[in-house]
Amino acid sequence: MKFTLNGKKVDVKAHPMARLLDVLREECGLTGTKEGCGEGECGACTVLVDGKPVVSCLVPFAQVRGAKVRTIEGVQDPLQKAFVTEGGAQCGICTPGMIMASLHLKSDAPPEEVRAALAGNLCRCTGYTAIYRSIRKRR
Amino acid sequence: MKRESRTRSVGRAVVRKEGREKVTGAARYVDDVRMRGMLHGRTIRSEIACGELRGVRLEFDRAGFTIADHRDIPGRNVVSLIADDQPCLVEREIRHAEEAVVLLAHEDRERLLAARVELDCRTGTAVFDPLISTRSFKDVRIEKGDVERGFAEADLVVEGEYRTGHQEHAYIEPNGVIAVPENGGVVVFGSMQCPYYVHKALTTLLGLPAAKVRVVQTETGGGFGGKEEYPSMIAGHATILALKAKRPVKIVYDRAEDMAATTKRHPSVVRHRTGVRRDGSLTAQRIEVVLDGGAYTTLSPVVLSRAAIHAGGPYRCDHVLIEGRAMFTNTVPNGAFRGFGAPQTQFAGEVQMERIAEALGMDPVELREINALRPGDSTATGQVMRDDCSALDVLRAGVKRSDFRKKRRDWKGTSRGIGLSLFFHGAGFTGAGEVKLASRAALELTETGVRILTGTTEMGQGQRTTHAQIVADAMGIPYDRVEVAPVDTARVPDSGPTVASRTCMIVGGILMECAREMKAKLGKLSPRAYLQKHGPLVVEKQYRHPEDIVWDDVNYKGDAYGTYGWGCEVAEIEVDPDTYEVRPLKLTAVVEIGKAIHPVLAAGQVEGGAAQGVGYALFEDCAVRDGRVANHTLTNYIIPTSVDTPPIDTVILERPYRHGPFGAKGIGELPLDGAAPAIVNALRHTGRDLRAIPATPERIMEAT
Ligand code: FES
Ligand code: FES
Repeated sequence: MKFTLNGKKVDVKAHPMARLLDVLREECGLTGTKEGCGEGECGACTVLVDGKPVVSCLVPFAQVRGAKVRTIEGVQDPLQKAFVTEGGAQCGICTPGMIMASLHLKSDAPPEEVRAALAGNLCRCTGYTAIYRSIRKRR
Repeated sequence: MKRESRTRSVGRAVVRKEGREKVTGAARYVDDVRMRGMLHGRTIRSEIACGELRGVRLEFDRAGFTIADHRDIPGRNVVSLIADDQPCLVEREIRHAEEAVVLLAHEDRERLLAARVELDCRTGTAVFDPLISTRSFKDVRIEKGDVERGFAEADLVVEGEYRTGHQEHAYIEPNGVIAVPENGGVVVFGSMQCPYYVHKALTTLLGLPAAKVRVVQTETGGGFGGKEEYPSMIAGHATILALKAKRPVKIVYDRAEDMAATTKRHPSVVRHRTGVRRDGSLTAQRIEVVLDGGAYTTLSPVVLSRAAIHAGGPYRCDHVLIEGRAMFTNTVPNGAFRGFGAPQTQFAGEVQMERIAEALGMDPVELREINALRPGDSTATGQVMRDDCSALDVLRAGVKRSDFRKKRRDWKGTSRGIGLSLFFHGAGFTGAGEVKLASRAALELTETGVRILTGTTEMGQGQRTTHAQIVADAMGIPYDRVEVAPVDTARVPDSGPTVASRTCMIVGGILMECAREMKAKLGKLSPRAYLQKHGPLVVEKQYRHPEDIVWDDVNYKGDAYGTYGWGCEVAEIEVDPDTYEVRPLKLTAVVEIGKAIHPVLAAGQVEGGAAQGVGYALFEDCAVRDGRVANHTLTNYIIPTSVDTPPIDTVILERPYRHGPFGAKGIGELPLDGAAPAIVNALRHTGRDLRAIPATPERIMEAT
């Protein structure tokens, strides 16, 4: 099946009902996208499909036919550095998903907007405070 | 000026050693590792809380399967830890519903999951209530003065019973390992806090010499105590399968299995009886602590010790009697969880203090000020406080910073409440623990600087960074000349477990001594010149116990810890009058931690720990039915989201610990201790008398 992965056109063979998460990790070898729950609760598996954050553990592969999929491996953004310097990544397991979910946020977005945008991404390490700081400090 | 140049990286937010890979997706967690010929493993569990295994029926086509049970264990069938009572695989007796009975492995995960195994069991009578249980894993008694005399001196006696529930670690990466047969032994890769615990457990299980077992930590996606002892179990399972199949075997739990089968925080029942004079001074504390240990000993004895030692809180009182016991029940064994018993007993203690203030008609801050430990005072074990006792400082700073008194007045009678807690946390292993551990750490000279060799693990706290800062400054070399070796038991010494808020303070302290010696050995030579002239250089040191820290383990007397971190947390909340849901508005956390080696990482520990405390206080409720966790998913076990977590205002005070590297004390666990009592005391401020957590809407409704 053909789709665009991190800017490159690819053709990947996998069951249409396979989870996008598994296809990315196992068929495409992109293990930056993580599985934290497999039931849409934690957001560790967040990727962008046509620019929108989705939880890839709930997306059947067939749904991304012809779509543009972006994973953490396809991101180069000042936000990543901010996550390092501001302590937004502790253990790092939520981080790829957290970054994918935060990419569309402006650094001066009101706190309530940021909190709401990240409500589907669990982090057990940081208490979120440092993640907000990272988003604010993105340059 | 001179001081400045001596500490060039300590105290500064230098670039983290463990940062880049985590934000690019390059960091390799265990589930990201695949090996040639690898099988996937699966665990068949007992499913009944108590009974006897009579037989096993395999109802699937066995082609391509590796199947193992206790008969495949070459050494002793135990998960070796404190008491070797827990089997790796059930032989006959079943003590809880998640015990591993049979192990399966197959290349194809779907076939593996489809395989049906029926167990034939005889069901016994289970015990679920620790207050009814008659089997104790450990009893602790701490006595100071004469508690009866203390009550005779009291004007008032306040009594109360407090309860806390299980708490699930909910690290976002579940437990997982890969075992690979290698040279007649095994190498295990996995997510873990304590590679040498796994190493010891595997040599016992396999009956192999130490050199035949290698344990390598993969990037670890959170631990919080949940990867202290459990990895020894899952590593044992994967190893048994791998040795039988002669192929690598990966076992990574899914969320449901992880939440159902791995350890949790010990539930507690704590009873207080406190004598107090009219002027607010405490005359007697009688405290009874009961922990639900679950079905096997695991770490319950040491959790109980810490629970009991912290039960009196950071207060002086001449007459104290604390009695604790950790009881057997037919539930999944409870184990290590950040705080290790102290959050349970300090929850009880701080709600009790609030009730004492009410009984006296006294301001809760004033009551704490009157009784807070000061330098020269002694704790329940008779430990005399030194200059780095900061109970009063954190209390006053917390009250001021949060504008506590004004909000307390203004919000009276509204749906808003403000409450606080004062607490402490002993840093490092309890009592003689560090002496027994005899941890080691080493430095190895490289062409450009040094490499740190320790068995302590990074799991988010940033220990590679803080250790490198300590070494850099102790040697007087730039921070980026210090590397940190990956954790592989074949290469690094046993630095003790990565637990108990000990990594920066204790292991960092050993590294500091290594660094000093390394510096002396180098003299004026550059590392490269030294290597050319003298060849390789490794400096290894063992923990040396300071002579002024003395502990009597038989009578529970003396210096229970080298030092304590101090904390005051202030919670501001709002209760929805219709749904009884609590919205935390703000948390102010003031901590005194000796020295913040890396201010951003230190703040991260405070924020993250406090947030876990918010979950513990309000949301995290394990529904245990017939000894099993019924809500073993993140859909119905609720940990705080970004929306539930209030803004956290962190203030770090520093009062150096004389034996800590650059004055550092432990920090990791302290911030969790105070959030739950602060929140429950804020609920009291709205007129609700809660004595149990989590404070769910149902409980709040009852208390309204
Ligand atoms: S793994 Fe997809 S939401 Fe948790
Ligand atoms: S950094 Fe560990 S879960 Fe977010």
